Amino acid sequence: MIVTGKGGVGKTTVAVALGLRAAAEGKRTIVCEVAAQENASRIFDHASVGFHEVEMEENLWSISIDPDESMREYVLLQLKVRAMRDMLFRSRIFNYLAAATPGLKELVTIGKIWELAQLDRKVKSGRKYDLVIVDAPATGHGVGFLQTPRTFASIARVGPVHSQAQTLDRFITDHEHTGTAIVALPEEMPVNESVSLEKDLRDEVGVAVDRVYLNGLYPERFKKDEAERLSALAENGDGAAKAAARAALSEYGRAKSQRQQLSRLKKGVSAPVKTLPFLFEPELDVEAARKLAGKLG
Amino acid sequence: MASLHEVLDGKSICICAGSGGVGKTTTSAAIATGMAAQGLKVCVLTIDPAKRLADSLGLEELGNEARRVDPALFEEQGVEMKGELWAMMLDAKATFDELIARQAPDEESRDRVLNNRIYQQISSALAGSQEYMAMEKLFELHTEGGFDLLVLDTPPTRNALDFLEAPKRLTQFIEGKSLRVFMKPTGLAAKVTGRGVSVALGVFKRLVGFDLIADLAEFFNAFSSMVDGFQARAKRVNKLLADPETCFLVVCGPQGEPIDEAVYFHRKLVEAKLPFGGVIVNKVHYPADELHVEADDLPATLAEKLGDEKLAKRVADNFADYQALAERDARNIDHLASELRTSCVIRVPYLDEDVHDLHGLTEIDRYLFATAEERVEMAAGRA
Repeated sequence: MIVTGKGGVGKTTVAVALGLRAAAEGKRTIVCEVAAQENASRIFDHASVGFHEVEMEENLWSISIDPDESMREYVLLQLKVRAMRDMLFRSRIFNYLAAATPGLKELVTIGKIWELAQLDRKVKSGRKYDLVIVDAPATGHGVGFLQTPRTFASIARVGPVHSQAQTLDRFITDHEHTGTAIVALPEEMPVNESVSLEKDLRDEVGVAVDRVYLNGLYPERFKKDEAERLSALAENGDGAAKAAARAALSEYGRAKSQRQQLSRLKKGVSAPVKTLPFLFEPELDVEAARKLAGKLG
Repeated sequence: MASLHEVLDGKSICICAGSGGVGKTTTSAAIATGMAAQGLKVCVLTIDPAKRLADSLGLEELGNEARRVDPALFEEQGVEMKGELWAMMLDAKATFDELIARQAPDEESRDRVLNNRIYQQISSALAGSQEYMAMEKLFELHTEGGFDLLVLDTPPTRNALDFLEAPKRLTQFIEGKSLRVFMKPTGLAAKVTGRGVSVALGVFKRLVGFDLIADLAEFFNAFSSMVDGFQARAKRVNKLLADPETCFLVVCGPQGEPIDEAVYFHRKLVEAKLPFGGVIVNKVHYPADELHVEADDLPATLAEKLGDEKLAKRVADNFADYQALAERDARNIDHLASELRTSCVIRVPYLDEDVHDLHGLTEIDRYLFATAEERVEMAAGRA
């Protein structure tokens, strides 16, 4: 399951929530972050996990996929000889080529995700997972990231990378085993981006879009007639009562404009939309993610 | 507490940086609008504005060049516009192509680069090209555009830091000294570097397929005539970024993660000796103590005033939730201010409505260009 969306919409929280739910159902699950991000370990209040599969809870693991580490692992799997791999990585030319090849980092990252998803793991004594959840890079780069295998397969027309890139492309576009979820916020720009993201994911990358999560939806705490009564108090009241009335009106206004964005989103995308509540919590920790896990539907 | 007026006084470039989703585009547009309203000729360079914001600025047409925002639009909004507001949407690929055309010694070299597959990858897809091109365009407008102030909305990277580091990575790639020498089949370097290199190359070829290497070689050959020009230009761009007339503003949100990111980014700015101006925190909940409000016995007071106990309880609970968010924001912003050791922390409140028109921008400007005291007063007026 690949979790995508614009920056700052809560992708990591949703990825962790999906992980918590799957783990609670008894599935051995791993949440992967890419590009050396460590936001999931932050949610778990855990020290950085790095390029290791670290158990966070029963049935739930986490890994931060560093492209350089993935590259080392990949080359070792190809060469089979550690000394030769190490020699290669000491070579300046090799490092330069690896850095200069467009998309190679993304390709080995997806390669690692594929490897984690295999029941017959390539890595020695690798654990078997029932579900691999990917916290994908923010869109803009997001579609490009998932397209890397196909781009690569067309650039490198021969050699092991060519066939491996094809394998990865089939893996990503395998609707039976691989799905994506889009995370959006109930605001103008994120809704627009989610609509075009869904289109790109479907038409250009060819992946299955299973669900769109609208994150951070304010509850409808006040009705229209109540808001009218509160505006009188907000205008003429004083002290705490006035401030509280204003806060209530602000909540009412936001909840209302967010509902408009929700209906725009529903019209714009073809995947089912599931709303996730705004959590009035100071920081999004594992307990907050657990609350969301119960509402993923 | 310094105001944005003081921070931007005498500056010719203002760069708004921050991680994705913190309102950089809106903030950049609001700063540009505010400075133009005061009489300057200002241009905002933006990457991908929300459609409604772009529409409201009359930016629906793409074209990679600056366009003046129709002064009549400000009149409609009742905004006094003493200067000129210009805006452009940056097209990274087009900017890169223009740059190649500029640097190429002749049409043939230009076309060889433009048609190269590696170049096409780099110019449109490689991380870093957007950042690099944003700075390129900034440099071009600065030297040729005749503006008093340029406001740059940086590309939506996941990491604010990408903005600083990506261009360096890209130039290193383009310069590709070690590789270029090595690509020449009979170069002296090939003999000196010897066997280790040929093994490395051999393995690399085996891994990624031969024609990629050939494309790379072709790219560097085609590009070699332009490398010096690129380097000279990159140096001038870097000098411009470090100039005292340039000002970096860090934009962030009040939650823990964006605040940490802002602290980290500020440290990198200081390390890189780039001129930091201040920080703008968007979507802040102002706490009640600042608003001179006592929350004791609130449910009872509300019940009395509203004549509805159930509604009163909901209003009080909602207020408590808002206060909790306000306290978090205040804690995080205190932490930010002490880490950054800056007197310029501008808090823009969480407005009740999304901002995507000139009216919204001028609303934000009221906060951006106010003093800290005025901001609290305004927030108290609307809470």
